[in-house]
Amino acid sequence: MMGGVTDGMSAVLARLPAGLAGSVAAVLAAFLVGAALIAAVGVSPVTAYAALFEAALGSANGLAETLVRTVPLALCGLGIALAFRAGVFNVGAEGQLFVGGAAAGAVGVAGAGLPSLLLLPAMALAAMIAGAAWSGIAAVLKLRFRADELITTIMLNYVAIHFVSFLLHGPLKDPNGALAQTARLTSDGRLPVLLGGTRLHAGILIVLVAAILAHLFLWRRTEGFRLRVVGLNQRAALNAGMNVRRAILIGFLACGALAGLAGFAEVAGVQRRMIENLSPGYGYTAIIVALLGQTSPFGVVAAAFLFAALQIGATTMESAAGVPSTLTTVIQGLVVLFLIGRDAIPLIGDAFARLRRKRA
Amino acid sequence: MLAALTDPAFAGFLSATMRLAVPILLAALGGLYAERSGVLNIGLEGAMLTGAFVGFVTAYATGSIAVAVPAAIAAGGMFGIVLAFYAVTLGANQVVVGIAMNLVAVGVTSFFYRLVFGAGTDRPRIDTLLPPDFGPLADWPLIGPLLFRQDLLAFLALALVPLTWFVIARTRFGLDIRAVGEHPEAAETLGVNVARVRYASVAISSGLAGFGGATLSLAATGVFLDGMTAGRGYIALAILILGRRHPLGVLGAALLFGAADALQLRAQILPTGLPFQFLLMLPYVLTIVVLAGFAGRGGAPAALGVPFRRLKKD
Repeated sequence: MMGGVTDGMSAVLARLPAGLAGSVAAVLAAFLVGAALIAAVGVSPVTAYAALFEAALGSANGLAETLVRTVPLALCGLGIALAFRAGVFNVGAEGQLFVGGAAAGAVGVAGAGLPSLLLLPAMALAAMIAGAAWSGIAAVLKLRFRADELITTIMLNYVAIHFVSFLLHGPLKDPNGALAQTARLTSDGRLPVLLGGTRLHAGILIVLVAAILAHLFLWRRTEGFRLRVVGLNQRAALNAGMNVRRAILIGFLACGALAGLAGFAEVAGVQRRMIENLSPGYGYTAIIVALLGQTSPFGVVAAAFLFAALQIGATTMESAAGVPSTLTTVIQGLVVLFLIGRDAIPLIGDAFARLRRKRA
Repeated sequence: MLAALTDPAFAGFLSATMRLAVPILLAALGGLYAERSGVLNIGLEGAMLTGAFVGFVTAYATGSIAVAVPAAIAAGGMFGIVLAFYAVTLGANQVVVGIAMNLVAVGVTSFFYRLVFGAGTDRPRIDTLLPPDFGPLADWPLIGPLLFRQDLLAFLALALVPLTWFVIARTRFGLDIRAVGEHPEAAETLGVNVARVRYASVAISSGLAGFGGATLSLAATGVFLDGMTAGRGYIALAILILGRRHPLGVLGAALLFGAADALQLRAQILPTGLPFQFLLMLPYVLTIVVLAGFAGRGGAPAALGVPFRRLKKD
């Protein structure tokens, strides 16, 4: 085995509750606890949740905002899911997103004047390469030095954010502006808006294509099959003569490329320039998104949509019902705890049975 | 040479080294209990954040750090018991549980912070713990700044180094911890309750991390900020590897990281010519280098990270 703290990782997927039912139950349970917290604040949970979902889904603009936020969560989530499938615990999507965004911003500014059809793919490609390269550092550290990727990818997140901050204060800084950000992208460097009057941009189409490709890769390609086998049982994969290191490397690079693409989508679709605070933790939330989606590409997109709705509605819930918007972070965390805690239900049943036997 | 040792700038660096080492030292000592018992406590980060928050709120409400520190330790311990329920009782993947618990801690602390203090922009402050006056002792070269310019929490943290060594190496409980970490089946056969030892180890572990987090809000800053632990819990995991899961090694490794952090703070105000962001990266880069350099050298308990299924009674 690879050594380090994620030993035994191969069993992780086997231990996740299978199927949609587990995810739905976990979400419902998390919402119930959330309701208790809302009630504890002295607000009716129905009022608060109604405000939340009304804001996120109840209007064309709300729905558009939710879809806009789905993009980075889904792209990062897809990447993390592919890595998980290969048995790789890449927690570094946040940093890979920042590096990808910086690369997209740099290319977008440098290539101003190029036609859209050339510039946008160039930006996307640069972002994917940058993200994959950043993730590749952790891959090399794991494969060559047996350094555990859980910690190296988290550390690389902090390094990436500081490094990008350096770039935005220095080489990439808009010479005509005071803030640490790149110059504004020209219209050729921006993803087209899909729905007039909203911010819904073509990034959501990238998500759909990425999800389909990820699905086909995992279930229709030999390479995807190898990746899954390595994730499920490394030793069996080795015995079968599979190239385990190659599968692990692919897991790292795919995650980095997709997270980098998320950075590109944020820069070209939402911010229209590279900024210092590109992400409020999309890469971290996407870990939960990947788990909730059972690491299946379409499940991940659905989970990303749910979490996007939660995040978009949260602000309204705070202003309309007076419930702190960070409640959604609590719910997001609880979803995972309930998801992996489903094993506890029979245990609780056993405990009750024992109690009853004692009484009798 | 002696002139350099007594130089005020160098003394300031040393005192900052110790001050910055204390939170990660506490978390890493905590991690030592859990890892020696065979449980990876990825939740150190979340336990630190919980401790920082509960310590801060308690100090704010009571005005007493003597109440705040035990409260922070207890909160960290509770966090650990939840984590142990997943990792030990349910046998869930310890990495997944740890990451999830850390995310929950971010959410819960910032939710309750807003609940208690509102969403206003003026952050409530508490009076930080100040170092007692040791008079001329503080001017001793090396020892003075390292020891006699520190607050009481730093002394407690340092006292925990020999105490941890004693507990692990010389007590029955410590023997059980090591047995359970190396060979849980054998320990079980000898009548050791594996689950109970691991619960206790993880609770102690997270309690100490909670203490470490509390030093951030009570001694270092006097405020609570969302996510203020900034990866120190994960750095503590790297420190464990570098310190080879031995209390003295952990102290040395924590001081090395404290020094990197102190250097980074100092270098920001010195005309080094380096962009300050590169200095900010220093502790994180150091963690990566340490992991790359030392991770493969073994020394981990044999059962680390492996859930234990109890042997059947019949």
